[in-house]
Amino acid sequence: MIPFFSTYFIFSFIPLVNTFYNSLFENYRSGLTQIGPNFVGLQNYISIFQSDLLKYLGNTMILWIIGFIPQIIISLILAVWFADFRLRLKGSSFFKTIIYMPNVIMAASFAMLFFALFSDDGPMNNLLINLGILNSPFRFLATVWGTRGLIGLMNFMMWFGNTTILLMAAILGVDSSLFEAASIDGAKSLQIFTKITMPTIKPIFIYVLITSLIGGLQMFDVPQVLTNAKGSPDRTSTTLIMFLNNHLYSKNYGMAGALSVILFVITAALSLVVFFVLTGAGKRRGGK
Amino acid sequence: MRKKVVSGLLCAAMAASLIGGCSSKSAQNTQSQSGTPEATSKEAAEEKGAGSTEGKVVNIYVWNDEFKTRYEDYYASKLPAGYTVNFITTPSENNAYQNALDEALLNQANAKADDKVDMFLVEADYILKYVNSDSTIDLKDIGITDQDMSKQYNYTKEIAQDGSGAQKGISWQGCPGLYIYRRSIAKAVLGTDDPAEVQKAINDWDSFDKTAEKMKEKGYFMVSGFDDTYRTFSNNVSAPWVDGNKVVIDPNIEKWVEQTKDYTDKGYNQKTILWAAEWAAGQGPEGKVFGYFMPAWGVDFVMAGNSLEKAEADGGKQEVGNGCYGDWAATIGPESYNWGGTWICAANGTDNGDIVADIMRTICCDDATMKKIVEEKNDFVNNKTVMEELAKSDYKSQFLGGQNPLQMYCDAAAKIDMSKISPYDQGLNEELQTAMHDYFNGTVDKDTAMKNFYTAISEKYPDLKIE
Repeated sequence: MIPFFSTYFIFSFIPLVNTFYNSLFENYRSGLTQIGPNFVGLQNYISIFQSDLLKYLGNTMILWIIGFIPQIIISLILAVWFADFRLRLKGSSFFKTIIYMPNVIMAASFAMLFFALFSDDGPMNNLLINLGILNSPFRFLATVWGTRGLIGLMNFMMWFGNTTILLMAAILGVDSSLFEAASIDGAKSLQIFTKITMPTIKPIFIYVLITSLIGGLQMFDVPQVLTNAKGSPDRTSTTLIMFLNNHLYSKNYGMAGALSVILFVITAALSLVVFFVLTGAGKRRGGK
Repeated sequence: MRKKVVSGLLCAAMAASLIGGCSSKSAQNTQSQSGTPEATSKEAAEEKGAGSTEGKVVNIYVWNDEFKTRYEDYYASKLPAGYTVNFITTPSENNAYQNALDEALLNQANAKADDKVDMFLVEADYILKYVNSDSTIDLKDIGITDQDMSKQYNYTKEIAQDGSGAQKGISWQGCPGLYIYRRSIAKAVLGTDDPAEVQKAINDWDSFDKTAEKMKEKGYFMVSGFDDTYRTFSNNVSAPWVDGNKVVIDPNIEKWVEQTKDYTDKGYNQKTILWAAEWAAGQGPEGKVFGYFMPAWGVDFVMAGNSLEKAEADGGKQEVGNGCYGDWAATIGPESYNWGGTWICAANGTDNGDIVADIMRTICCDDATMKKIVEEKNDFVNNKTVMEELAKSDYKSQFLGGQNPLQMYCDAAAKIDMSKISPYDQGLNEELQTAMHDYFNGTVDKDTAMKNFYTAISEKYPDLKIE
């Protein structure tokens, strides 16, 4: 454990404390002049809470949910199919690779691609007009739900392969005699899914949920590149990390530090949930 | 066992976050390669007080390749042997160029001789920030005299002087703007493509509105999008953006908001955003946009390329017959204005002061070179003698269908007043446009758009006070 703790101490713990320390100072650059650092106590936190923090937290959650719901549904279905020996799907390893592919592309280039595809005069609009579905171009990136939908779609495409593989591993870890026994007893596939698969993979399922939630909280590159760093329209696709980036961009280390600490607290709370679910600490205490 | 799994996971998560956190800082320096690393002593440098040792690498910070092409066409052959010139390019949007430049300038004292910034370019929107700082040096110190700059337009000199009158920057171009319209559309809608006749139809904003309506009836658009008329209003404001450290919205800016909302609702524009692909396409052969407000650099550097059917990258040439090249003409439009302009500054701590001065003298002061820039590149150069001579000559712009627009540019240049600028203009202009796009699109009401503007600038400029 020594290598772990020494790397943790140097690369995580010191920056963490340092961030908290920085968050107590007024420290930014005005043009070529450095302002501060001046100690201001908790003033930065007050400013952050007075700004639109909750709006950006809401944006981030909405963007995560519209990507995560289709992602978990499709991933569960695919995982059950791929893991089902009786279905004997052909070429399943081929498709496992294919669905993982979007994750290999850099998020920024993926977002650039979508930006070009869905621009006002882009191929997607041309296609829809030529098919007679639309009369005039639909301006995806000028509408709130068009932009959010595209971000959700991209996150879904990038992460459903990864989630499928995790869930499949969980299902394959279940003793196959359980499934056999159930089908001999005449259980339908839906019953097997709800009564056997879901309860047995629950810890992994929750792990997937929480890690995805933490990943969702840190959503940055896709909306940043798709909206050209603007979080438009009406700042409804500005995520927490984009908000953080705006402050860092103007070298405002005090405000950025305060926001980072708030993000740390939220993420730490969620990580504790994962820890207790994974180790089953709560259950053991209550159960026995 | 479980502990091992957990700590393994933690390690992996930490490694992943480390990789994810890597910034792209190193990209900035990739372009600067050292030609001859050892610094050699040169008498000339000592005389001029630009430092006792001199590297042979000249680093120039720019945001696009406009100056680079000027340099290559009009100076590169004069560069003394053994010198290398590096262009370090950072796109200007969202203050990215300013940030990269600031980082380099603040690090100037510690940088190696070959990595020092020698020269950098600035735009009118933020020139004051650098002129009033210690990062630029008085051009007299590297040997640029008042005599050298005597033919330049006064506003280009005044804008680049600090509080005590030291000349901190120099420009080769003037940026009076005109309205550049499509001849074929003018004929189809107004019945004539003669600049004097077209001018009558857009002489003031009321007649501009009426012509816009006619354009709409025939299926054309008066302007391309939201930001096209912005500079005609923002350059004619009554006071700078910032008073002390308080942001003030000028009544003229309000007029832009009102007009653009009106035009958008009536369908007089194509709802494009400045520099977007759709915006550029409007200048192409398939374009349905009547005209664009553009200074000379916009005609040469932007429109001429966009107008081609077969792009230059595909082997096409800028000539009449390729796309709508030559189907354009210039007229004054409803209001005179200035847009942009590039000034060259010598960085404090440069180790190649004499080369920097020589580039400046050649491109910004030399009559013969500047005349060639106008004739070959259709730019408007910062040299009264040359411009007035050419305005009266038989100079013809092929892009403008053989028109000589120079007298109009000269007249507009005489009216330019650049006293209403602030060091924050780039960020404020960009954020206002971004915030207002939502209002024009109908996504939000005007108050919300205004609030978003204030939020954005308080993030960008923490020292500014809002309301």
